[in-house]
Amino acid sequence: MSIPLAVLGLSLLAANFLIEAFKPACSISIKFSDGKTRKRVPIKRENGQTLLAPLFRNQENIAGKITIEPHQGKRIEHNGVKVELLGQIVRELDVPGDIYERTTYPFEFSMVEMPYETYNGVNVRLRYVLKVTVSRNYGGSIIEYLNFLVHNYSPPPSINTSIKMEVGIEDCLHIEFEYNKSKYHLKDVIVGKIYFFLVKIKIKNMDIEIRRRESTVTGATNHVETETLAKFELMDGAPVRGESIPVRLFLSPYELTPTHRNINNKFSVKYYLNLVLVDEEGLRYFKQQQITIYRLPLQNT
Amino acid sequence: MLNGTEDEEKWLAEGIAGIQHNAFYMHRALDSNNLREALKYSAQMLSELRTSKLSPHKYYELYMRAFDELKRLELFFKDDSKHGVSVVDLYELVQHAGNILPRLYLLCTVGSIYIKSKEAPAKEVLKDLVEMCRGVQHPIRGLFLRSYLAQISRDKLPDIGSEYEGDADTVMDAVDFVLQNFTEMNKLWVRMRHQGPGGVREKREKERSELQDLVGKNLHVLSQIEGVDLEMYKETVLPRVLEQVVNCKDDLAQYYLMDCIIQVFPDEYHLQTLETLLGACPQLQPTVDVKTVLSRLMDRLSNYAASSADVLPEFLQVEAFSKLSNAIGKVIEAQVDMPAVGAITLYVSLLTFTLRVHPDRLDHVDQVLGACVKKLSNIPKLEDSRAMKQVVALLSAPLEKYNDIVTALTLSNYPRVMDHLDIGTNKLMAMVIIQSIMKNNSCISTADKVEVLFELIKGLIKDIDGADVDELDEEDFKEEQNSVARLIHMLYNDEPEEMLKIICIVRKHTMVGGPKRLPFTVSSLVFSALRLLRQLQGQEGDLVGEEASMTPNKIFQLLTQVIESLSAVPSPELALRLYLQCAEAANGCDIEHVSYEFFTQAFVLYEEEIADSKAQVTAIHLIIGTLQRMNVFGVENRDTLTHKATGYSARLLKKADQCRAVYACSHLFWVDDQDGIKDGERVLLCLKRALRIANAAQQMANVARGSGGPVSLFVEILNKYIYFFEKGNKQITSSAIQGLIELINTEMQSDSTNPDSVADAFLASTLRYIRFQKQKGGVVGEKFESIKL
Repeated sequence: MSIPLAVLGLSLLAANFLIEAFKPACSISIKFSDGKTRKRVPIKRENGQTLLAPLFRNQENIAGKITIEPHQGKRIEHNGVKVELLGQIVRELDVPGDIYERTTYPFEFSMVEMPYETYNGVNVRLRYVLKVTVSRNYGGSIIEYLNFLVHNYSPPPSINTSIKMEVGIEDCLHIEFEYNKSKYHLKDVIVGKIYFFLVKIKIKNMDIEIRRRESTVTGATNHVETETLAKFELMDGAPVRGESIPVRLFLSPYELTPTHRNINNKFSVKYYLNLVLVDEEGLRYFKQQQITIYRLPLQNT
Repeated sequence: MLNGTEDEEKWLAEGIAGIQHNAFYMHRALDSNNLREALKYSAQMLSELRTSKLSPHKYYELYMRAFDELKRLELFFKDDSKHGVSVVDLYELVQHAGNILPRLYLLCTVGSIYIKSKEAPAKEVLKDLVEMCRGVQHPIRGLFLRSYLAQISRDKLPDIGSEYEGDADTVMDAVDFVLQNFTEMNKLWVRMRHQGPGGVREKREKERSELQDLVGKNLHVLSQIEGVDLEMYKETVLPRVLEQVVNCKDDLAQYYLMDCIIQVFPDEYHLQTLETLLGACPQLQPTVDVKTVLSRLMDRLSNYAASSADVLPEFLQVEAFSKLSNAIGKVIEAQVDMPAVGAITLYVSLLTFTLRVHPDRLDHVDQVLGACVKKLSNIPKLEDSRAMKQVVALLSAPLEKYNDIVTALTLSNYPRVMDHLDIGTNKLMAMVIIQSIMKNNSCISTADKVEVLFELIKGLIKDIDGADVDELDEEDFKEEQNSVARLIHMLYNDEPEEMLKIICIVRKHTMVGGPKRLPFTVSSLVFSALRLLRQLQGQEGDLVGEEASMTPNKIFQLLTQVIESLSAVPSPELALRLYLQCAEAANGCDIEHVSYEFFTQAFVLYEEEIADSKAQVTAIHLIIGTLQRMNVFGVENRDTLTHKATGYSARLLKKADQCRAVYACSHLFWVDDQDGIKDGERVLLCLKRALRIANAAQQMANVARGSGGPVSLFVEILNKYIYFFEKGNKQITSSAIQGLIELINTEMQSDSTNPDSVADAFLASTLRYIRFQKQKGGVVGEKFESIKL
């Protein structure tokens, strides 16, 4: 179990395993043993639809029952039935034989090491999938997948300094911004202040943006994708020297994820606050600051 | 520019359409209790307020539309049974809006409900709102947003006694909130001067002044906070408001806000904080119209003082006058370029103030006038007509207040202020003073006051160097001089000694008035002196002895000199009348030689100066009339005078005039008193002479025009005959009367006589009188019996 469990599907390569050419001889259903009580979280599928997927966390037990029901009393001859947590763990459920009737197999993966969160990015997705295979010699194996999610929680960081910085263009613009923290949880509020020390340009407005930088490594090439997830107007009009403008940005409305640093040497996801001043000619002056986003444990489950 | 206005109309219409469109969807969302949609469409609706294209006036229209919609939204927010979200969550939810302006309007709206819900202390919510509003730095948009904040919060301040009252410092919290909003609004407003919509300066300033009440409303709210007592006003509110006013360094704002402070806060607060308030004045920009500000303050305080006598001690206690006086001095000193009118207006206000507040303190009044003199003496020549008007107002105020010029006369600086008026205004003011005296019937009773008074009105009394005499309007001049003449009669003292002094002073001043004025003033002066004479007579006995200086002779000497001055005019007819008046007065005093002297003067004038025949006729009748009443003369003097008078009469130019004067002379010999002269012979002589002249006149008329002269002369003489007949003059007989009547009848029937209805009627009534007397019977009837008609 040295390799962490995850499936990395770069979207370019993502093959659709789920399309089946013909009708299977049996239906396979996977049910988690705590399926009724487990929290479910919406995930976006590639076709744009969202569906609710069960949510797990690192080192949880993943246990349930798999039921195979042949259609119309058919017999299924197989070389074995297994369930795998894709990428790593395989449990043999049945020795080769025949299944004549509805058969249920319990399964359990204990204390599964799942350190990486499910992630759905532009160029990269990190998924967790349960795969049930009924191996057959002919007619092809019958396979069923079940996506589930993993969220990992971090305790509030013990050190969380504010971000404070003076920036400017000589004799033109001189400001200081201050954000109360450098690490924010997903439902956090960014509180801060922008001080104007010198304003010689005609400012039209000031926005704060949340930008996500997703870098992926494919072989030797490094691919960086930056998205603006939030654009939030902080100020309307031109301030004068000495003015201070409050910042209060609720993160909850935005689809953020925790910051990911170097996931399995494959990708990283970083977040930035970008302060943008726009002057009357449409020129943009900006300063970007990295912030860390983490996931707090749910308050009530 | 026309295009600009048209465009603006278009933009406004578009904005309104945008609001209506989104409001429609918002209403639908509200009706279906859909919070998400309601937030979405309300934010879109409010986005219309993000426009930069409208002038404040038009923007206000747009704002009001949105405002009305927000009221509906507020009702929806308030009812959580409709949307199922707690007000705390709602407060967060509206902050998700990406654009700041809609976000803050929504935040204020929810904030208002948040306070009402009392789930958080009002002060916390208010503090948050006023702080968050900093995000809007655009002047117009910011002002309207904060105005919205002020509007929704004004009934939710944590004031004492309010349901939102908080802990011990609750009032301070309320005050802090309003002050902060005020400060920020003022900063935005001032900033409009330098940025905001382009265009010419005047236009921008006009647009700014349209927004002033948005800023001022905060001060009004402050004044309405119950908990702001004098202490808090003094320690916190006023200093902080003034700090903002002074520091904003903007003349428009400073002027408006100072006025606003004065108008919205209670008078007693002003009174107790005068020093602070006034201390700010010299710190204002030089272009601020401080004088109006101070004037308004003083007006308010004056009215306050007038409202109740109970408040007056307060004024004394805080030394309001000296504080105001100091402040004005400082402002005038600081603002070197202030036009004279400004400074004087300030003094007028201060004067009004002290007159109302300290009517007993004449020294204050004099002090104000003195300060004004000081200011005026720095100005070479006061040419500004508005300034002149203010000076007149300054001088008129004490007159109106005290209704008594006497009070004003004790003010040493009063004449010094008048010296600074131009000639025209000086006269005007002098007239005001005289009219005040007339209106109030004030009697000026001491020589000193008269001296001061004449100093004040010297513009009317004499020609002033540099005055353009040609410009004088004849009517005005007459009115002025008549006023002076009337004024002289108001100078009166019961003490002859003082009265003489008064007369001497009046004489001193009027004598330099020049030929045009003398005819007006001399008569008044003469009659004033004659009144003094009568006064003396009234007290005779106890005075003559002890007051040697005070003899009728002295007064007559004075009178002679006064009347002689008329020779410079010359006005012989007036002088003659006055001499005769004096002669009669001397008669009353029983001083023969003086009376004789006056007659002599009159006769000399008659002989040497009165050449006009009509004037001669008038004069001679006056002489006769006066002389007839004289009883002081001895036979010799009387003979001389009557002889002269008779002689003058006979030498008149027209026969008719001669005739009438001569028969009038008959009365000189028959005075119907107990001791009167009764020289029947000479009476008859006069009448006969008159008849001869009448006859001659008749003949001359016949020769000259071929027709008879007036018969009325004969009838007039007949009347004289009847008069003396009745009075018992033995020389006048019934047969003479009868003869005269026959003569008249003959004359009347003669062909050459023109019918004369007046004469006919005159004769008829004369005859009727005789008949009437006959029928009376008794002594009279018997006497008339002998006259046969």
